[in-house]
Amino acid sequence: MIELVNIKKAFGEKVILPDVSAVMETGKVNLIIGSSGSGKTVMMKCMVGLMEIDGGKILYDGQDFTNMPEQERKNVRRQIGMLFQGSALFDSMTVEQNVMFPLDMFSKSSVKEKKARVMECLERVQLKDAAKKFPAEISGGMKKRVGIARAIVLNPKYLFCDEPNSGLDPQTSLLIDKLIKEITHEFNMTTVINTHDMNTVMESGDHIVYMYQGRKQWEGSNKDIIFSKDEKLNDFIFASDFLRDAKEMRQMEMFQEKDWRNKLKKD
Amino acid sequence: MEFRFFHHFGSYLLMLKGMFSRPENMKMYWKEFMRQCVDIGIGSLGIVFIISLFMGAVTTVQIAYQLVSPIIPKATIAQVVRDTIILEFAPTLTCIVLAGVVGSKIASELGNMRVSEQIDAQEIMGINTRGYLIMPKILASLIMIPCLICIAGFLGIWGGLKAGEMGGILSADQFWQGLRQEWKPYNIFFALFKSFVFAFIIASVPSYYGYNVQGGALEIGKASTRAVVVTCVLILFMDYILAAILLQN
Repeated sequence: MIELVNIKKAFGEKVILPDVSAVMETGKVNLIIGSSGSGKTVMMKCMVGLMEIDGGKILYDGQDFTNMPEQERKNVRRQIGMLFQGSALFDSMTVEQNVMFPLDMFSKSSVKEKKARVMECLERVQLKDAAKKFPAEISGGMKKRVGIARAIVLNPKYLFCDEPNSGLDPQTSLLIDKLIKEITHEFNMTTVINTHDMNTVMESGDHIVYMYQGRKQWEGSNKDIIFSKDEKLNDFIFASDFLRDAKEMRQMEMFQEKDWRNKLKKD
Repeated sequence: MEFRFFHHFGSYLLMLKGMFSRPENMKMYWKEFMRQCVDIGIGSLGIVFIISLFMGAVTTVQIAYQLVSPIIPKATIAQVVRDTIILEFAPTLTCIVLAGVVGSKIASELGNMRVSEQIDAQEIMGINTRGYLIMPKILASLIMIPCLICIAGFLGIWGGLKAGEMGGILSADQFWQGLRQEWKPYNIFFALFKSFVFAFIIASVPSYYGYNVQGGALEIGKASTRAVVVTCVLILFMDYILAAILLQN
């Protein structure tokens, strides 16, 4: 579990996060959503320690990450896997070497064991055949999957994904979402995803934090969103007529489902 | 302007300080160090070969052109060529060229890694990126660049010998005789000392500019150019300082 307690962040005079508190739950896909400039990327960078916060605390399973000595911080970081927006694969290495890199750096296993683990991860993301290719030779969706394989190779406790669907077609996007969701539930990870993608919100959002102008505006699950009365959240999530119609239909379906359940209970 | 200088200088010192921590995996650091040795040393051999040969040849021809007096023996040409190449041309000119070749490569490599979040990815894994990415570059430069300068010195003098022979300026015997005249072993110490100082500048200054790039492809190009310019200016400045301190009779 990751807890953010009254975190504050400003760049000079510009306050990005005035005072945010949130909890990212274990075994769930936690989403941070919000329009551009709402502070969600800054929040994620503060959580992983790429940016220092100006006030408040970040707790990883109760351990204060903010005031930790550097060495302890490194130990926590070794339990973090991160998928970057642009995948951040090492250009000069093959797919296999990219996934192998964290193992080479931190694992004391034999080369054979490491190779087996790499293949296991690549198989998990369905990329075993691309092991010998370089990042320049594979598609954007494949790069993201390699990024996921690299992020999970050390069996992390926490998985962070910065806009995992950006620049992907809807089908690949769904595949990535499914993969992240499966991995999270299978390994009981604390997954935090920063996204704009409505499919991700509706399909994967076990726990959602909606950010508006640097503040936490709303918190709940993907089921709660359908019935939420928060205007700002509704304007953001159901921005088009098509999405608003889809929301009404989903509400109807959920009501009908509830009626059927009640009827079945009575019978 | 002054404040910007102090800001950069302070950040540069902090970057150097940040390199020193216990390596996460010594084997990986060694691998990276060897890769840098090959990139910096073997990768620059071709250009060092070419510039030092021509540098020696041109020096011989120009000195012969200037020393036209019949009372000056021809062997003096070789003596002047030797000292010019060892004291100045091999270390300074070679390092200016290396600042362009190696410096821009280091700055753009690190800049690209920063912009494409590869450095962030390594930081999150718990790697000290200054130690893993910058330290091997500096150590590799400190070892390979003095070697390149020794090669440049030998080739420069050999180029001078050949140019003298082929141009009918002086014979090989006269050249060898000149090379042995008034020989000061201290000059070698001076050239090597300079090469260590320049090697440190060539690796660390572009590393600073590349590591701290912010923005996109355009900024990588700008950082690369700035790194080469600052490196060249620092090399020339240190060249004067070292000459003023170490070459006093």
